[in-house]
Amino acid sequence: MSHPPAQAKRTALYDEHLRLGGRMIDFGGWDLPVQYSGVMDEHLACRKAAGIFDVSHMGEIHVEGPEAETFLNDLLTNNVTQVAVGQAQYSAMCFDHGGCVDDLILYKRAPDRFLVVVNASNDAKDFEWMQSVWSRKNYRCTLSHQSSKYSQIAVQGPQAQAIVQKITALPLASIETYWFQEGTVCGDTLALLARTGYTGEDGFEIYVPWEAGPAVWRALFEAGAPLGLKPCGLGARDTLRLEMKYPLYGNELGASIHPLEAGLGWVTKLNKPNDFVGKAALVSAKAQAPARTLVGLRMLDRGIPRHGYPVFDASGLTPVGEVTSGTQSPSLGQAIAIAFVPPALSAVGTRITVDIRGTKVAAEVVSTPFYKRS
Amino acid sequence: MRFPKELKYTKDHEWLRLEGGVATVGITDHAQGALGDIVYVDLPKVGKELKVGDTFGVVESIKAVSDLYAPATGKVVEINSALAGDPAQINRDPHSGAWMIKLAIAAEPQGLMDADAYTAYVASLK
Repeated sequence: MSHPPAQAKRTALYDEHLRLGGRMIDFGGWDLPVQYSGVMDEHLACRKAAGIFDVSHMGEIHVEGPEAETFLNDLLTNNVTQVAVGQAQYSAMCFDHGGCVDDLILYKRAPDRFLVVVNASNDAKDFEWMQSVWSRKNYRCTLSHQSSKYSQIAVQGPQAQAIVQKITALPLASIETYWFQEGTVCGDTLALLARTGYTGEDGFEIYVPWEAGPAVWRALFEAGAPLGLKPCGLGARDTLRLEMKYPLYGNELGASIHPLEAGLGWVTKLNKPNDFVGKAALVSAKAQAPARTLVGLRMLDRGIPRHGYPVFDASGLTPVGEVTSGTQSPSLGQAIAIAFVPPALSAVGTRITVDIRGTKVAAEVVSTPFYKRS
Repeated sequence: MRFPKELKYTKDHEWLRLEGGVATVGITDHAQGALGDIVYVDLPKVGKELKVGDTFGVVESIKAVSDLYAPATGKVVEINSALAGDPAQINRDPHSGAWMIKLAIAAEPQGLMDADAYTAYVASLK
């Protein structure tokens, strides 16, 4: 656990985190809470009631103009043409060689206006890459980096709608999953409320002007505390997403991992008309037998698999892959992992072993998500 | 945070209770707080010979793996096997119920801190 460097960036909610007893760490250059009451407690609060997360470190980029959609369709793996105004879409952004630049969510605010939300650690790199792809055809659209203009707060969990409804007149029940509405919260604060998230629970991601962050956070807190809302740090954010097998850039995604092997075939539309960046490489990758695929693992003996631990076949003699993420699952009470293995060892029920600091521990491939909402 | 007077402490945040040639060893309240929710513990087998500074086991929180270092040279004569089934006891009762190992030692190790010195040491880390 590294101590935040003096130059680490702070979100608008920094003082709220300190007031709530958040334990601050450096995360991608941001000074953010890894936990408040404890990862277990926060994780279970989000699954059973609700959790509130400061995700203001995420990067926001505006893509606007008559060719905004064409540009995004040439840039991204998913089919942007299928997105309606008011709808959000998950997508990957690739290099020409097919490796992932990042994964992201785009929000279509108008036929010619998109909000693109990227990972904090990739924010600057993504914007540069988008500019470089833009310059290939000088699209009639503008790219503007807006990360410092937004505070983003996620409220996730079965009580999320009831809580967020207390601070807005927008009819939240009418917003479907992966749709959003723009309006106001806390009186006259402009907000974009999206039914999206990274936990596997129902919930909202709320985008407000940077300076409005603390007031909105406190209002949500007041509305949510009677319903069991708890502040959740980066630790719980990671265990919640891991139980859903949602990829994390740097673990399941990276420049040397292409979206098909990362399980993102469902957002990689090789049949769309646009020759999107990386398409040729991905088409040829798909034509060959894939070398590896991401699976979910459950440990059969004692031990917690972690990022980078080697994976062996059932005999423990032949190395076959690597753990990308692993933890003790707070919901399931057992050790789980996401790992790269050859397709031949990817069927549910397949026995393999994980090398946990020199000891080969038995595991089996299980269906995912690990956690299924009841 | 209160550190019991009857215990001795190391810079690696382990405590020892020294009683007639046997050192009972655990990790401090400060250490468990820094780790967070402890979900796994691995302890050595009875009979293992340890030298000061040897890794004798592992504790894991949800986020992190931490080695446990032997605070004295000696032979493991007992382990707290209940911890494997209830590692969170280390969070709840670090200085007593969640002891980890008992070492038969020939001599008291040098350089241990008393409770006051350890309290000052922890304060200096902030």
